[in-house]
Amino acid sequence: METVLAMLTGLLVAAGAYLMLSGNLVRYILGLALLSNAANLVIFGAGRLTKANPPLIPEGMKEPLEGAANALPQALILTAIVIGFGLFCFALALAYRAYYALGTARMDSMRIAEPREDS
Amino acid sequence: MILVWPVIIPLAAATLLLLLRKWDGLVRWGSVAFAVALLFAGVVLLDTVLRDGPVAAQLGGWAAPFGITLVADLLSAAMVLITGIVAVAVTIYGLTEIDRTEGWHGHHALVHALLAGVCGAFLTGDIFNLYVWFEVMLIASFGLLVVGGTKKQADGAVKYVGLNLIATLAFLSGVGLLYGIAGTLNMADLGLRLEGRQEETAVLVSAVLLLFAFGAKAAMFPVFFWLPASYHTPSVTTSALFSALLTKVGVYALIRVFTLIYDLDVPLIQSILLYGAILTMVVGVLGAAAQNHFRRILSFHIISQIGYMVLGLALATPAAMLGAIFYLFHHIIVKANLFLIAGAARRMTGSEELKLTGGLYAARPLLAVLFLIPAFSLAGIPPLSGFWAKFLIVDAGLQLRDWLSVIAALGVGLLTIYSMSKIWLEVFWKPHPDGPDAVMGKVPLPMLLPIIALAILTLVIGLAAGIFVDAALVATEQILNPEAYIEAVLGAN
Repeated sequence: METVLAMLTGLLVAAGAYLMLSGNLVRYILGLALLSNAANLVIFGAGRLTKANPPLIPEGMKEPLEGAANALPQALILTAIVIGFGLFCFALALAYRAYYALGTARMDSMRIAEPREDS
Repeated sequence: MILVWPVIIPLAAATLLLLLRKWDGLVRWGSVAFAVALLFAGVVLLDTVLRDGPVAAQLGGWAAPFGITLVADLLSAAMVLITGIVAVAVTIYGLTEIDRTEGWHGHHALVHALLAGVCGAFLTGDIFNLYVWFEVMLIASFGLLVVGGTKKQADGAVKYVGLNLIATLAFLSGVGLLYGIAGTLNMADLGLRLEGRQEETAVLVSAVLLLFAFGAKAAMFPVFFWLPASYHTPSVTTSALFSALLTKVGVYALIRVFTLIYDLDVPLIQSILLYGAILTMVVGVLGAAAQNHFRRILSFHIISQIGYMVLGLALATPAAMLGAIFYLFHHIIVKANLFLIAGAARRMTGSEELKLTGGLYAARPLLAVLFLIPAFSLAGIPPLSGFWAKFLIVDAGLQLRDWLSVIAALGVGLLTIYSMSKIWLEVFWKPHPDGPDAVMGKVPLPMLLPIIALAILTLVIGLAAGIFVDAALVATEQILNPEAYIEAVLGAN
């Protein structure tokens, strides 16, 4: 299972990098989204993939049973997903705004803040 | 509970100022009042840490390493205090610079959200929380960068957002791997558990991921391109705040993580830091020399100065670390002040393009003198604070006979003088291209006051350097011997 997960992570990173290098702002942001999913899978894999019981505490006991799953990596991933979602929304809104203001989504043509010396 | 205030105050401020933004005057002065409260919280915290050594608080009653830990040693406390100083300076400056529309778009609330993120990052004792505070800081800075809504800002923000998000993802992956290796996220606990495992591949991979992430936040070579693309685009208040705090949080995180969790004497890490620092210094200063825009020159100088701080960390001797910490403090004050002056100069001369400005020395001699203090300090001219900062770093390099670093540090200092004299000649000395009457208006008091206060602080740090070096020495000892820090977090066992 770890091998499959590692390959999937690698695939996501490769696809993300490919999109990000294409020079188009929308593709760049989609690439970032893929990359952020890859990062979440890294946490998931690093937290160990094991078959285990749900980490619930039975009634009348103070701690979960033996062999309960570790819930912490999932908690980290959930936090990361929420944060990533917020950032992704902002990035999309910004991309729309930048396209509207600058008239292009090609990143090589976005030179208003850093004009060429000769122009 | 003294540790909570520097985070609670700006968070409460951000919420209130957002809700009340209909009342513009109230929100402006409220913003200043909350900044003063933050400064006060910083003073109290520093006082406590100076007296009792590192202090820690476990939130929610969960014992470390399971709960969320806030912890302050002298470095953290001093950083919080200096954040308070910068907060007061920029909010007062913003009283005149930020207009009603920008206030309505949330400028004041976002400033305090950013401050909450910065203080949280300085005080947290948990690496995942460090990630969260970085995100708070990042999203607030995104907002601040686009308040105003000009084309330039949209362009700058695209690069800022795009490149910072990559660093964020590297940070997150590094934290995930660290958890996989050590099974804990508490930084003090991580330090203990990774003892003797520093050369393991997984540890090195996580270290390099974090190095990349913090390096990008600190604007190190070759991952600094977001900074000169964006820092000159928003309001001066915003760029002064950014220039003072954002990159320095990156440097702080580098210092914290590479002394507490990782060992610096792993050759891979040390050589990346060392050569990265030298290239950062050189590339930053050369980039500045090529610019002809007031704030863009200053932006490139942030990069080159970051190189000095990282160099201090990379050399890894107590003397060098002392230099890095002293540099950190001096630089925040000086850089914020230079950006504020750039804003005042733009108001007087109508432009930030050097060839379109001039005549300020004749028209506003006080502003000219106030520029010279931080400019000379940045270049390292005695007896100003920058001289001592550079002296400590170069001295540490000489002790190690690391000639490359010494030559780079001295050469970059000379080129800094070149850039500062370029600004002096173009903005202050030469006559204004549209004649002497083109210099309009007076510097309003809310702009002048923070500039004067920060200039005085620069003079004080320079003239009473002994006191500040002694304090930095204590901070260095706590950083290099983190036993007291670990004991404060985990208890005495």
